[in-house]
Amino acid sequence: MTKAILPPTDSGPARGGRGFATFDDPGSSLLVDEAGEPDFVALQASADFRELRRRITIFVVPATCGFLLWYLGYVALSAYAPDFMGTPVWGVINLGLLFGLLQFVTTIALTLAYARYARRKLDPQVRAVRSLTAEDQA
Amino acid sequence: MGGNTAINLGVFGVFVLITLYIVYRAGSRNATASDYYAAGSSFTGPQNGIALSGDFLSAASFLGISGSIAVNGYDGFLYSIGWVVSWLLGLMIISERLRNTGRFTLGDVLAFRMRQRPVRAAAANVTLVISLFYMIAQMAGAGALMALLLDVHSKVGQAVIIAVVGIVMVLYVLVGGMKGTTWVQIIKAVFLIMCVTLLSVFLLGKFGFSLSAILETASRNTPLGPEVLEPGVRYGGNPTSQLDFLSLALALVLGTASLPHVLMRFYTVPNAREARRSVVWATWMMATFYLCTLVIGFGALALVGSKEIAAAPGGENSAAPLLAYEVGGAVLLGVVSAVAFATILAVVAGLTLTASASFAHDVYANVIKRGQADPRSEVRVARLTAVAVGLLAIVGGIAANGQNVAFLVALAFALAASANLSTIIYSMFWKRFNTPGTLWSIYGGLGSCIFLLAFSPAVSGAKSSIFPDVDFAWFPLSNPGLVSIPFSFLCGYLGTILSREKADPVKQAEMEVRSLTGIGSGLK
Repeated sequence: MTKAILPPTDSGPARGGRGFATFDDPGSSLLVDEAGEPDFVALQASADFRELRRRITIFVVPATCGFLLWYLGYVALSAYAPDFMGTPVWGVINLGLLFGLLQFVTTIALTLAYARYARRKLDPQVRAVRSLTAEDQA
Repeated sequence: MGGNTAINLGVFGVFVLITLYIVYRAGSRNATASDYYAAGSSFTGPQNGIALSGDFLSAASFLGISGSIAVNGYDGFLYSIGWVVSWLLGLMIISERLRNTGRFTLGDVLAFRMRQRPVRAAAANVTLVISLFYMIAQMAGAGALMALLLDVHSKVGQAVIIAVVGIVMVLYVLVGGMKGTTWVQIIKAVFLIMCVTLLSVFLLGKFGFSLSAILETASRNTPLGPEVLEPGVRYGGNPTSQLDFLSLALALVLGTASLPHVLMRFYTVPNAREARRSVVWATWMMATFYLCTLVIGFGALALVGSKEIAAAPGGENSAAPLLAYEVGGAVLLGVVSAVAFATILAVVAGLTLTASASFAHDVYANVIKRGQADPRSEVRVARLTAVAVGLLAIVGGIAANGQNVAFLVALAFALAASANLSTIIYSMFWKRFNTPGTLWSIYGGLGSCIFLLAFSPAVSGAKSSIFPDVDFAWFPLSNPGLVSIPFSFLCGYLGTILSREKADPVKQAEMEVRSLTGIGSGLK
């Protein structure tokens, strides 16, 4: 019943001519230890991983702070400035209701923006870091 | 209230039979631990997103929120907003990292770079406490709902209904495991969202597709008048209730992405990208649903009126069913009741599964057997736990029947935000965070939350308290989140810097790299 997801078809070098990285393969520059396991400390220090972390940080930190401030600000205004929020805008719809509906709009917008950013900027960078290991070749 | 018991029971019976059949078909091959806990990670992002919304949308959100909007107007709408906005936290911070780091439970993530046994035991304790509170609230809600919809008013009759709910939910979990339970969530979520969307579109149509017209008619049907559209009906007036309001809002926005049964859903997809997609889908479903509650709540006020809602059995919770009866007669009332009931059933099944997984995987396999458990016996323990948890929930639900349901649900959110969020954030983002820090933040958050709650007006001293006749409340807020959430962050910080234990830098590197890229997790 469940639609299984096929793993993405792997176009890494392992499928084509070259075989797996082996112990007697001096050309391999993979960040793995003798047993072929990923060397996490080296990976963490690698330029590719640091770039991934930077890309995540510059989006997620401002976005999270932003939506929390906007939401808590809205709640605080509702609690402490009810008269301001009761200002009619259009028909019987007042500023508070309008801001409330805007919370829905901004949430959807930020969700889509993050999904797009992740697809374009994060996923390729994750692939770059993963290609430093033998992870996707097994 | 003029409903037809036979129709209500009929629609609900058909739902149970269909879902049980599907669960049986989906679950007949539940051999491994991965199948039982995480459905073999075989669901797609959209499927899991719908299931997430199914797990999250409890009867409290459907009946409670639309009722709260009908009675408190604007202040009720704020619940809706908090629950929609809260998914951003799950999207950007929690979902992908959790999927990459853990396998089956929250304990997998929290104990990743810590000493296994104490941290896993702590994670399991929190999961069990939160799940049980949440479950008892739902079961008690089932009793109240039945009083309303089936005209069952005797305590014994309601106890029988609560027991039936408990038995069906345990059947779902035993027969279907995570795969079966997920399908129940998907079916229920689709039913629920279709139901509220059609009702809202119909209402809007009746008022010439003008939200303003509905609001205006609504404001003429309540003694509050136009004030119902402005903030302050429920939480206005004095500084305490304003602070209480902030506290509730904080617990709502930070609690969602820390609820154990929501977190566990992220393991049913194969990788971080699908986990992200599932939150995107869940957010769309949530936004649709809660926008509809706005229309339904004010629509109920406009068409039914506040006097009749207040007089109905079940009070404000009856706003949506009353509206359905007004709009579509006994048949629509039957459908709405069955959907509400299915909602309770599905949510408790999800909670039972989470609690049983947490006990079997964290406590049995890793604390008692020190990671040497045979997977088959682990699943057997999980099934036994599901039965035990089901029994506890039935007994607790019968005992709590008639209690204030919304309070128990809000408590679960505050508990989750206090005990889990700080710990998850620290263990992902703070290198120095160590085992004592983890234990301090988990138990500090959990303990302070329960302690403050015990001495709050939610428990004693007010008309809506559990014990209205005695007064030992000295903590002014009904929701302790405003204090206990920051307190757990403080505890985690102090526990870490005051202990001499050093964090393991290699494990920290592994966790950070793995949580962001999935390297080492075996996920593609």
